[in-house]
Amino acid sequence: MLILRCPYCGVDVDETDLHGGGEAHLKRFGPGSTDDEFHDYLFMRENPKGVHFERWQHSYGCGKWFLAARCTATLEVFGTYPAQTTEPPKEVVEAIKAKRPNWEVL
Amino acid sequence: MSNVVSALDGQVAPGEVTVRELGLRGMITLRGDLSSRKLQNICKKLTGVAFPKQGGVASEGDKGLAWMSPDEVLVMVPHAEAAPAVAAIEAALKGEHFLAVNVSDARAVFSVQGAFSREVIAKLAPADLHPDRFKEGMMRRTRLGQVAAAFWMVDEETFCVICFRSVAEYTFGLLKASAGAGEVGYL
Amino acid sequence: MSTRLQSSGRLLNKNNPVSFTFNGKKLRGYEGDTLASALLANDQLLVGRSFKYHRPRGVVASGAEEPNGLVNLGRDGHFEPNQRVTTQELFDGLEATSQNHFPTLEFDVGAINTHLSRFLPAGFYYKMFIYPRPFWKHVYEPFIRKSAGLGKAPKDRDADTYEHFHAYVDVLIVGGGIAGLTAALAAGRAGAQVLLIEQTAHWGGRAMVDQPEIDGMSAEAWVAQTLAELNGMANVQTRTRMMGSGVYDHGFAMAYERLGDHGPHDGPRHRLWKIRAKQIVTATGAIERPLSFAANDLPGVLLASAVRDYALNYGVSVGDRTVVVTNNDDAYRTAIALKEAGLEVPAIIDARTEATGQLPEAARALGIRVETGKGVATVKGGKRVTGVAICAQAGEGSVLEEIGCDCVAMSGGWSPVVHLWSHCGGKLKWDDEQAMFRPDPKRPPMNQNGIGFVSTAGVANGFLSTEGALTDAFAAGETAAKLAGAKGKADKAPMGADAAEQPISPVWLMPQGASYKLRSKAWLDFQNDVKVSDVQLAAQEGFESVEHAKRYTTLGMATDQGKLSNINGLAILSKSLDSEIPNVGTTTFRPPYTPISMSSIAGVAQNELFQPLRKTPVSDWSNDNGADNEPVGAWRRAFAYVRSGESVHDAVNREVKNTRENLGLLDASTLGKLIVKGPDAGKFLDMMYTNMMSNLKVGKCRYGLMCTENGFLMDDGVVARIDEDTWLCHTTTGGAERIHGWMEDWLQCEWWDWKVYVANVTEQFAQIAVVGPNARKVLEKLGGMDVSKEALPFMEWRDGKIGEFDARAYRISFSGELSYEIAVPASQGRAFWDALTEAGEEFGVMPYGTECLHILRAEKGFIMIGDETDGTVIPQDLNLQWALSKKKDDYLGKRAHERSHMADPNRWKLVGLETLDGSVLPDGAYAIAEGTNENGQRNTQGRVTSTYYSANLGRGIAMGLVHNGPNRMGEVISFTNIGGEPIRTKIVDPVVYDKDGEKQNV
Repeated sequence: MLILRCPYCGVDVDETDLHGGGEAHLKRFGPGSTDDEFHDYLFMRENPKGVHFERWQHSYGCGKWFLAARCTATLEVFGTYPAQTTEPPKEVVEAIKAKRPNWEVL
Repeated sequence: MSNVVSALDGQVAPGEVTVRELGLRGMITLRGDLSSRKLQNICKKLTGVAFPKQGGVASEGDKGLAWMSPDEVLVMVPHAEAAPAVAAIEAALKGEHFLAVNVSDARAVFSVQGAFSREVIAKLAPADLHPDRFKEGMMRRTRLGQVAAAFWMVDEETFCVICFRSVAEYTFGLLKASAGAGEVGYL
Repeated sequence: MSTRLQSSGRLLNKNNPVSFTFNGKKLRGYEGDTLASALLANDQLLVGRSFKYHRPRGVVASGAEEPNGLVNLGRDGHFEPNQRVTTQELFDGLEATSQNHFPTLEFDVGAINTHLSRFLPAGFYYKMFIYPRPFWKHVYEPFIRKSAGLGKAPKDRDADTYEHFHAYVDVLIVGGGIAGLTAALAAGRAGAQVLLIEQTAHWGGRAMVDQPEIDGMSAEAWVAQTLAELNGMANVQTRTRMMGSGVYDHGFAMAYERLGDHGPHDGPRHRLWKIRAKQIVTATGAIERPLSFAANDLPGVLLASAVRDYALNYGVSVGDRTVVVTNNDDAYRTAIALKEAGLEVPAIIDARTEATGQLPEAARALGIRVETGKGVATVKGGKRVTGVAICAQAGEGSVLEEIGCDCVAMSGGWSPVVHLWSHCGGKLKWDDEQAMFRPDPKRPPMNQNGIGFVSTAGVANGFLSTEGALTDAFAAGETAAKLAGAKGKADKAPMGADAAEQPISPVWLMPQGASYKLRSKAWLDFQNDVKVSDVQLAAQEGFESVEHAKRYTTLGMATDQGKLSNINGLAILSKSLDSEIPNVGTTTFRPPYTPISMSSIAGVAQNELFQPLRKTPVSDWSNDNGADNEPVGAWRRAFAYVRSGESVHDAVNREVKNTRENLGLLDASTLGKLIVKGPDAGKFLDMMYTNMMSNLKVGKCRYGLMCTENGFLMDDGVVARIDEDTWLCHTTTGGAERIHGWMEDWLQCEWWDWKVYVANVTEQFAQIAVVGPNARKVLEKLGGMDVSKEALPFMEWRDGKIGEFDARAYRISFSGELSYEIAVPASQGRAFWDALTEAGEEFGVMPYGTECLHILRAEKGFIMIGDETDGTVIPQDLNLQWALSKKKDDYLGKRAHERSHMADPNRWKLVGLETLDGSVLPDGAYAIAEGTNENGQRNTQGRVTSTYYSANLGRGIAMGLVHNGPNRMGEVISFTNIGGEPIRTKIVDPVVYDKDGEKQNV
């Protein structure tokens, strides 16, 4: 069972208090987008063995969504950060690169 | 009004650790900019306690303030004062972007009091209740059994627990069973 | 025979004899006994029958690894099957019965299988029961089910209680032997918060039997001293009868505390601990391996360490004459202990060609005959050992000599208990010299910070000597404390000393070239009856992966999970495959370490606390007044209010008619109520709903639809505009939390710059629907707010007083009747309901339930989320195009509706359905079309989504989705009817009652 730090509450939270929300940093496509863009937005998701950005809601706590950078293979967590961003913050990217030198931001 | 009743009408489960439904308490969900001086001031004025920091709570009898999230604070006042308090907040924050809503009747409030009250909570909540790390003045929102709840300590052996009104009976049952099952001898 | 010794038994309190029963026979033991030792003391060697061949089986071990000694324990509400006699502490009044035999333990007809064993080899079930096909269901499976299974399932409800406990520690140390104590000492002195747990009731582990010297004192004295030091540290907690059951991601561990299994008790029987540890040290020791020789499963053949344990801990001699069979020095300790206890050891059979270490020499000095280079060809005896036949280990089993004995103590070496290390991904390496898998410290389970969070200490880490184990354990405790952030000094490690041992010589089969006849009697897995020959057959038949061989043979799949058998089994497998043991690898270790009770997993979640049931302020009244409840999410809502003498169906019909004719009350408190407020709230709601909400006027209400980004309908409800900045959105009962979360998700993660706050106020209000021709009359009688047609028109709301209640009245209708939904604070809800009930008496008031609600709405053709929708239905399917705003550039689902399949004219669409004979269509029935599909199934052209009996119309009514339906009014189609003729049904308008809506507009 994972434990993740809620960046809003500052507490380490058991997975049972969280609600997973899939891949982070999706860009929404609405009316006016092409069929391919919309299809990818709805259905296509990264499934890496390695670094993954994902959405978590502190559902039994503050109710806020936050994002986590996590290795899907080792479960190492490189950082959690508020959801109000379209890309991972610099310090999280640096933390990942320190541990996974070959990793590139997609 | 004589017809006004809390979810469990003050039910008590006495024991080494006593679980008690505390009746109705005025509660206002206040969402807004928690750094706003106006917001902090009206909260302090209504409750008489200091404005809480992240994860904090301050309470004095029925009155208190609890940090619920980065943009939400729970304002506690006696039940009859909740509606006037909402009006006072609305007047004070006129022009700001905020939401103040009376949720007094959507909640149930319990006290869990006794020597091993920490352990009663730790049986039910995935939260670190070690005395070195969970102290008076801290607010924790988490689960009790299968329902959402929040709790804090009003003194070294008393917790105040809040949950939704619809699950008051379940929550009381959990607390009563866990208190009745006795001490773990760990915390 | 096995009997009680007068002299020894360090765990016994001989001043406190206790009595217990086994298969109804009254027996006696002492406080401190396990059930196993007490049975042995009473010469009850035979404790059960094996799973497949029903062979007589006796206790083979003295601890958690025991495969044979499983019994039914207790009675009635305290009955539990499959309890291990070796870990069950004896108490006065204990009742045990043996299992897996018919008719009796001593005479079991199933034992005939043992003579058929040639015909019951590995994979027998897979091979035998395939043909003829129908036989599986009607002959084979019922037969196998009857003979399968170990103990009996309890008949009564569990009379005990259980609980969970959450703990957060720096260092969790599992195992209270000298290694665990030492690790705790190091971590505790360094200042870490330590929890040390031990599965038995006693500290010190095996050292208490073998008594090595530690820090110049006896192990017993050292353990007492160390425990005193640990218990004096405020940062260290020690607990016994608590097993480390599993290790999981990010430092999570489960531990199983048995509070009530060792006698009558108050409080919970088991406590399941959910522990979050920064570091976990597993000092779980090792388990002795059996040796694979013929008839090694006879009662009286035990692990050498177990024989020693029974003698020294419990003062029980398993036999008067014990032959020790070994491939290592440690087993000599058993021979020496027995000899010193005055028992006979006719011979030590050592497979090694040489045995000249301190222990063998000590044995020889006691006059014990030591035979090196020898093995056991077979054990003699029926229901118990009568002797052993000796052969050359290097040969094929020619008998050199028979030695009479009534106990065989075997030792194939020791396997570290690596389960907890492995649960979460810790890797193992093969130690050739010691012939064991041991943890590879370079590849530990990783935590969230990318560092290893489990370490092993002492024997569990492959350090079998006292000195090695203590040094290793101390370092493990110190390192764990440091990794957990402790800053203090651990001081010096204790020093241990014991007899130097010569190396083990691995023996996987005895004798080395054993014939098929011997191999087919050499047991690997005692509980599941897997023999050497079975594993060899599996390899021959191509099950080369250890995981396949395991499943094919069932090796290690019994309740002991192969604690004794796995290593021996995979050694046999690797030999058969001509491969090395490390290349074959081990099967996966999975929690729990030993079985834990199902009830402990449930914890307090039993009976009324099984799951939370949500209650409205009116629920108690409903339950007191005939409510027949149905679950709606976690709520229990009244389906109907049944009066005495009525069926549920009668009650529904009465409620339907009364609400249309007089006055009905519905507890609608469960409907979701969300406040949405802010300068951007209108814009936001225009994105959430398919129709326009920003232009709703203050004081008015509007029905709205919500779609997912896929375009499918997800919720509906009436939205009221409260003031310039504030809207109140009603959701379905099941949707309140979901839609609240949905709104928050979009506000937090997509449009975080929009100024909107949402609050869920569902439970703040009791909401009561006052419905029917007399609805206005009852409200007027209560007085207060003007609820006239003019003052409160249809689809508007007002705040005010009704009677003495603070109320918000919504003039909305889900029934087509004159209807008000009145929200009052939940604390006043019950009083308001009572007031309406009382005031409504003269107007024919009756409460109505959800079924009546459904029928009323279906008569009006109103859709219900979850009936007409199932996650694949879009508004267009339900003829709700009018609710899809054309003025808006965007809303959730809009883009999806442009996708080709969504715009397909061939989608099934909503219609009313009227059976020609007036019957009620079966729910979910399909409309039959011509022809068949590519799978040869009948084509369909629609399905029923809602179907009811309408008491108002005196016939069945239904709605459904039908291909091209709205253009086929009046056409008759057929619906499936399981077990009957297809039902002829006319396609009609969904609105079948008061088509012009005259009743609600009064």
